[in-house]
Amino acid sequence: MSELVTSIKTPIRLEYSYTAGRASTRFLRGMSEGRILGQRCPSCRKVYVPPRGSCPRCGVATQEEVEVSGKGTVTTFCIVRIPSENLSVKPPYAAAHIKLDGADIPFFALIQECPFDQVRMGMRVEAVWAPREEWTTSFGNIRYFRPLAEPDAPFDSFKEHL
Amino acid sequence: MREVAIVSFAQAKAKRRELDANEVEILMPVVQEAVARSGIPKREIGFTVSGSCDYVAGQPFAFVSALDAVGAWPPISESHVEMDGAFALYEAWVKLQTGEIDSALIYSFGKTSMGDPAAVLNLQLDPYTVSPLGIDAVSLAALQARLLLDSGRYTEKDMAEVVARSRRSAKSNPNAQLRGDVDPAGLLAEPYYASPLRKHDCCPVSDGAAALVIAGAELARKVTNRPAWIRGIDHRIESHDLGLRDLTRSPSTTLAAERAGARSGRFDLAELHAPFSHQELILCEALGLADDVKINPSGGALAANALMVAGLTRIGEAARRILDGEAKRALAHATSGPCLQQNLVCVLEGN
Amino acid sequence: MGHPCAVIGVGQTKHDVKRIDVSIAGLVREAAQRALDDAGLGWREIDAVVVGKAPDMFEGVVMPELYLADALGAVGKPMLRVHTAGSVGGSTAIVAASLVQAGVHERVLTVAFEKQSESNAMWALTVHVPFQQAIVAGAGGYFSPLIRAYIRRSGAPEDTGIRVALKDRKNALKNPYSHLVFPDISFEQIANSPMLWDPIRYLETCPSSDGACAMVLASAGAARRAPHRPAWVRATAMKSEPTMFAGRDQVNPQAGRDCAAELYKKAGITHPRREIDVAEIYVPFSWFEPMWMENLGFAPEGEGWKMTYEGATALDGDLPVNASGGVLSSNPIGASGMLRFAESALQVRGMAGEHQVEGARLALGHAYGGGSQFFSMWIVGAEQA
Repeated sequence: MSELVTSIKTPIRLEYSYTAGRASTRFLRGMSEGRILGQRCPSCRKVYVPPRGSCPRCGVATQEEVEVSGKGTVTTFCIVRIPSENLSVKPPYAAAHIKLDGADIPFFALIQECPFDQVRMGMRVEAVWAPREEWTTSFGNIRYFRPLAEPDAPFDSFKEHL
Repeated sequence: MREVAIVSFAQAKAKRRELDANEVEILMPVVQEAVARSGIPKREIGFTVSGSCDYVAGQPFAFVSALDAVGAWPPISESHVEMDGAFALYEAWVKLQTGEIDSALIYSFGKTSMGDPAAVLNLQLDPYTVSPLGIDAVSLAALQARLLLDSGRYTEKDMAEVVARSRRSAKSNPNAQLRGDVDPAGLLAEPYYASPLRKHDCCPVSDGAAALVIAGAELARKVTNRPAWIRGIDHRIESHDLGLRDLTRSPSTTLAAERAGARSGRFDLAELHAPFSHQELILCEALGLADDVKINPSGGALAANALMVAGLTRIGEAARRILDGEAKRALAHATSGPCLQQNLVCVLEGN
Repeated sequence: MGHPCAVIGVGQTKHDVKRIDVSIAGLVREAAQRALDDAGLGWREIDAVVVGKAPDMFEGVVMPELYLADALGAVGKPMLRVHTAGSVGGSTAIVAASLVQAGVHERVLTVAFEKQSESNAMWALTVHVPFQQAIVAGAGGYFSPLIRAYIRRSGAPEDTGIRVALKDRKNALKNPYSHLVFPDISFEQIANSPMLWDPIRYLETCPSSDGACAMVLASAGAARRAPHRPAWVRATAMKSEPTMFAGRDQVNPQAGRDCAAELYKKAGITHPRREIDVAEIYVPFSWFEPMWMENLGFAPEGEGWKMTYEGATALDGDLPVNASGGVLSSNPIGASGMLRFAESALQVRGMAGEHQVEGARLALGHAYGGGSQFFSMWIVGAEQA
């Protein structure tokens, strides 16, 4: 009866209240209205979507609001084949860096309605929104991106965003 | 040791709960002010180091997004400690001692209101044998206070007087959170919160940020007439086993003070990081401070206590008074861990 | 710069998926005791302790240096804890070295660790923070699009990653501390392993490990009294850049290039490929080897993959990379960077055992973290200058 105790399970539960911050608040309210809002840095003039309230490169506050369309370009991507703990999407699925037209920085999003072997760098895509009645103040209003019937963007046009 | 001085200090107003701005939005103006006041162009600052805690921020890698507040482009030489900003200052001071750099920016932030700090700090305790007992940071401090009172060296009235003095001093600190005139007798009439601690014996929950810039002698003299020279800085840690320590004393503070050269000469003021009133009594005794030293003119941690920021703020508040010409020699202290387990002491002096 | 600093002791644990035979304290002590034994020192002779590790959520212990003060003999001493994401093992070593270079201490014990089996690393890395976009994939999912971009930019053959993995996994067979050990590893085995995030396959990926690494850093005076040959710290450098900004090159990050350039300048190195004998670099996914070869200036941009292909980075190549088996073989996240620094030191001390590179006199230790944004590096040499 002298088995060594090698571990104990100590469940931890902590609750946190998060603040969106001013920039995110603007962005999320835009989301609830079906609009994609970014901010332009007064110094380098680049447009950040989603906006962060500051330009990480210049270290200055950003305030000028810029609305961008839901159309964009896949700058790079990967096919995910293993499940991620916090995700509801079942693998395999395509996750891509998408630079929206008018924005100067890509963000990560899912690509659906497209066979994997057709996902490619330069592919033109558009945002697919959830039904309007389901909109909340969340990035999740955009469910995923799907291919646009447009010619691919030339490599040179997005290679600086890689 | 190379002469190094604090040349600027800035802080955000401490708030019970910052609902509007996120960490970057709180931090950015603070960092910008510290850099602007330093007189050193941001691009020329040789090193940047921050202090923060993921579990306070409720997310891993919290310091990464905070870097946005600094504008790390072109790439900068940068580091981070998962500790109070006071220890980030220590890392920067050491780097200046190597001769590699001539200036450094130090900042820290903490939105303590996001979570339950007393519960979060429980996770600092031995994960196998102590933390699972569920004791929170306030109760732990209360145990220490009980031991201190039982030692016969101090009374509840002494604790109340610490609180009253802190609140009164905080009246002249626009960045403090709790301020006002309170009568010790009135305080003693309040109910216990975690006996023998009353609510006012405990630091408030604060959201805040602070930043300061240090520079080597040549550069410091160029940018300011009244640098706050860091004459000595040292920190020491004690056993984690609470049962092994005499919780009514702080030998690590005494040792750090000795090594920092704080055991001799007189001080105009001492900014002590005491999140609980009884801990100030322990620290004053450990430091052997003379009766005429002004303790916590800023109001101290009892007036505002953003986790991970309060220690750096003590150093900054002491430095500011030297930079402003109000004081000549100051002692600043920062603490970390349960019941003053780890302590940093810093001696600051004007020209 | 400053006072000379040398590595006089190195220790590490047997890395494994779950070290249930030790507590967190036991894990760090295993590495620390080995480093002290190597240095011929007792616990009392250490002046300060610098601990490093990645997010506390990997173990569920907040600021574990407090809990570890006794286990690491730090009572009555200064103790710091560094956290710079994945590069932390390297930054920790650099902070420890600066304590000696500053003339503040004579002998510093530095330990980096992760006992990530105690919590859930996958969860910790993908904690969903409200108001932020949901994470779409784990760490591999973050980096594989960048790898795809590298392949496109460089025209590298698709099997380059497999060759890197094969090399590192073969090297691991010569490292008794390795977590992953595949005695019969082959090209086919790697190529046939499941694809996780295209183009990264299972066997091209780092494991999740429990492990610790420790070093004793000492002044010249203390190094003279050390029982084994010291590794002299010739230069250190750290550079960071923001995670995301318009026009950021994540494939060949500026911070990495700047860090390497500063490092070589400080070390007086003008031709890194020729002058450096061996490199231990942070490769958590196979393709990072060619990418870092370029970032570190060992190969021109777009040609890093050639070094792998030519066998230049093999154990018998002209610039062996990750003779220890690297991060692909053992990955206690907080320790991985220090393992690279420690292995580079072992090489120039001639103490790398079976994976020793003959005649190694100058070595590079490299670590990176975050979204390829935090870099810490050092150069160690068999000679003081």
